[in-house]
Amino acid sequence: MELALALLLAPLLAGIVRRTKAILAGRTGPPLLQAYRDLRKLLARRSVYSRTTTWVFRAAPFASLAAVAGALALTPCGLLPAPIAFPGDLLLLVYLLALARFATALAALDTGSAFAGMGASREMAFGVLAELALLLALASLVRTTGAWSLSEMAGQLPEGAWGASAGSLVLLAAALLGILLVENARIPFDDPATHLELTMIHEAMVLDHGGPELAAIEGGAMLKLWLFASLLATVIAPIQTGAPWLDVGAHLGAVALVGVAVGLIESGMARLPLLRVPQMLLAMALLALLSMALAPGGGIAP
Amino acid sequence: MNSLLVAAAGLVALLDFRLLGGSRLVPIIRAAALQGALLALVSVALRAREVELGFAALALGSAVIKGYLLPALLLRALRQVEIRREVEPLVGYNLSLLIGAAGLGLSALLGARIAANAATSTPLLVSVALFTMWTGLFLIVARRKAVTQVLGYLVFENGIYGFGVAVAGESPLLVEMGVLLDLLVAVFVMGIIIFHIQRDFSHIDVDRLALLRDVDEPAPPGEAP
Repeated sequence: MELALALLLAPLLAGIVRRTKAILAGRTGPPLLQAYRDLRKLLARRSVYSRTTTWVFRAAPFASLAAVAGALALTPCGLLPAPIAFPGDLLLLVYLLALARFATALAALDTGSAFAGMGASREMAFGVLAELALLLALASLVRTTGAWSLSEMAGQLPEGAWGASAGSLVLLAAALLGILLVENARIPFDDPATHLELTMIHEAMVLDHGGPELAAIEGGAMLKLWLFASLLATVIAPIQTGAPWLDVGAHLGAVALVGVAVGLIESGMARLPLLRVPQMLLAMALLALLSMALAPGGGIAP
Repeated sequence: MNSLLVAAAGLVALLDFRLLGGSRLVPIIRAAALQGALLALVSVALRAREVELGFAALALGSAVIKGYLLPALLLRALRQVEIRREVEPLVGYNLSLLIGAAGLGLSALLGARIAANAATSTPLLVSVALFTMWTGLFLIVARRKAVTQVLGYLVFENGIYGFGVAVAGESPLLVEMGVLLDLLVAVFVMGIIIFHIQRDFSHIDVDRLALLRDVDEPAPPGEAP
């Protein structure tokens, strides 16, 4: 049920981000449902393959989409537990996301295009650092809640976590927001709307894709945005009213707010110089580390 | 109360990372000043139960000195010497941050052990104070400019102050006051020395001060390596 909800609503979240940016720039912007139409249009198109590509190029987008969908199956929707949950599933989540990134990079290398290869190398280089930050952030959650699976953590959070460890959770939320921005190729790390190949990271990788493959990649990106927004919303707004429907509603509201916040950040900030990006990513990792150190798991040390 | 203390300790640690990763001189001087003032206020907050007027006045005085007077002196020295406003590290920023992370882990371990032995109510503050000392020492060793070395000295003192507040809550205030005055004079003198170094050598790069040179002798062609 939660998974279906995420699959259905993920393009809407992307629409919310786009709409926020458009309104702040003084434009009306595309309708909220434009992302669905884009996906339908892409699915109806025929693919064109370059003669240098192999089967890897065709299979990778769908492998990537499947990996992200699998990661989404591990993510709790607010306080509702995820369809699949077991102790240690947070590691599987991180590795599924890494697998998705690996598949897209592989397809980019398969095209033999210089731009795609450059995008792939940058994406992987930043991905390594983002992964460190994500792992540290999840470890901090483990320390705060004492639970080893994402769904259990979400269940533990409402019980006064914000009263007991507000400082730690604020840092954690900041780190998660940064990870959300970098994993989804957002400003200040990457510009999703750029059309200059030299400055692109994520977009440069998918230049050669078209038709259903591009739809798979775009869909995967939307699901990933939903996944991180949902994680962040779970941490910042663990609302428990008792009625499950109300909880889910509150969670969806929080996710939409995260979308608006991403739009605000994108409108308000300039892109970082490429060389500063690793430093920012390292700062995210340090925020997560510090939040782990401050978490009240019996003092600061094990 | 306790969560406020945790937040303050977290802020002090964050400022440490800011000091390690910052590339501009003026903001990191401000960061060190904020850290000192924050620690002085923490020392008052820790004893909110039985606060005495004299203690509060001394703590506020130290907050003013560390938060306003010392940075003002440093900024003045900076204005006088007219140097580039960049830190010029010997160890790169990213590596500095990583070494800081290692330092945080180490001081967490050490801090927990110390806190277990000394009867302290705030084990977190012990660790953060140790981390601040680590940061100060690292800044002294790994930065090129004389100003940053004075700054590292200040941060180191912040750490010692925090450690004293956490471990020896009833530490004699007179000693604390004496240290503070020493510090004030030291920064004052160092500001003047930096000015003189700048005037004689036209830079304050301590790495290039290795060569002795007589005043009357003409300067060697090209700057010494």
